[in-house]
Amino acid sequence: MKCRVCRGPAVIDVRRHNANFCGEHFLRHCREQVARAIKGHEMLEPGDRVLVAVSGGKDSLAVWDILVELGYEADGLYLGLGIDGYSPESERFARAFAESRGLSLEVVDLPSDYGYDIRSAARAAKRVPCSACGLSKRHLFDEAAGRGGYDALATGHNLDDEAAVLFGNVLRWQAEYLGRQKPVLQAGEGFPRKVKPLVRLGEREMAAYCVLRGIDYMVEECPMAQGNRHIGYKEALNSIEDRSPGAKHAFYFGFLDRVADLFIPPEEERAPIGACVRCGAPAGSDVCAFCHLLERAGGHLACDGGDVPVELGRSVPESR
Amino acid sequence: MIVELRNPERTVEMDGPMAVIALLARLGIPRESVLVIREGTLVPGDAMLGRDDRIEIRSVISGGAR
Repeated sequence: MKCRVCRGPAVIDVRRHNANFCGEHFLRHCREQVARAIKGHEMLEPGDRVLVAVSGGKDSLAVWDILVELGYEADGLYLGLGIDGYSPESERFARAFAESRGLSLEVVDLPSDYGYDIRSAARAAKRVPCSACGLSKRHLFDEAAGRGGYDALATGHNLDDEAAVLFGNVLRWQAEYLGRQKPVLQAGEGFPRKVKPLVRLGEREMAAYCVLRGIDYMVEECPMAQGNRHIGYKEALNSIEDRSPGAKHAFYFGFLDRVADLFIPPEEERAPIGACVRCGAPAGSDVCAFCHLLERAGGHLACDGGDVPVELGRSVPESR
Repeated sequence: MIVELRNPERTVEMDGPMAVIALLARLGIPRESVLVIREGTLVPGDAMLGRDDRIEIRSVISGGAR
């Protein structure tokens, strides 16, 4: 195999592009795809300050690395989930990456800062662990982005992530979620602008990027996520991709180009958003979904002991 | 050759030499789901693996909370 650019020995094939690359030109390919996504979807402006949601895995470290390479001022926020045998190790990778590049990383730890962990929260709230984790991440990353005055919150969601979520939402025709699948979600009251700069890159490319850049990352999968539905969708899509390279890209970008706007509800049909009486975050009732979770898990807000009595009402999902 | 697989971690011994694509087919692993790494370096699909090689097949699929 020869590199498409320089004709030197290739180290990776990207069948979706019918291309092979040497290490140098593969890294350039990744940066170009991110720059193209940022420009094409108007994710960021030059000079924007970006908060990167960091997990210690390949995607979040790669997107942080690429944003810095592209000249953005990007800081990281790592959220410790309190998962034995997993969280301490993933935190170590996040810290090592930040230290090696002189980048700023804030660490928030659920057990010590909020008094709960994902396993106990899932049990108490009768949610699956990934649901309790996602809710916690969305709330705390949003809050941190607002507190730090960042222009945008960047996540490491890649093409495989977006195609798998779209696949799952289409299988069940979850129209309310289909309207939220754009790679940039504009800022709202209490919400930062959220961007997914890796949407033009698959997760195999992100793993290869990390290997070639010498980025050590958490290879082991989260024990809470093993065998979940999302991974099943990815495996199904990879089987299709193996026979039909480019299928995932066509699926997701065809949706964005032709259909996505049909699923965005008009302004007047959107649920009214107020402020949570406990934490001040956007909420569809008195108490936001995160504070509901905290209450059930026996946790507390970082700034208080969690002893403020509240009457629980129905809240709207915070995913956006 | 010795083949180390991740997620879950296990080791298998395979006959060599063999092309990367043939090894993945023999193990029933879709190419899109993994990287093949030899001595810290990526190995492309058409590369030959020797009988004395030690290979890592690293899953690239991750999932969980969004």
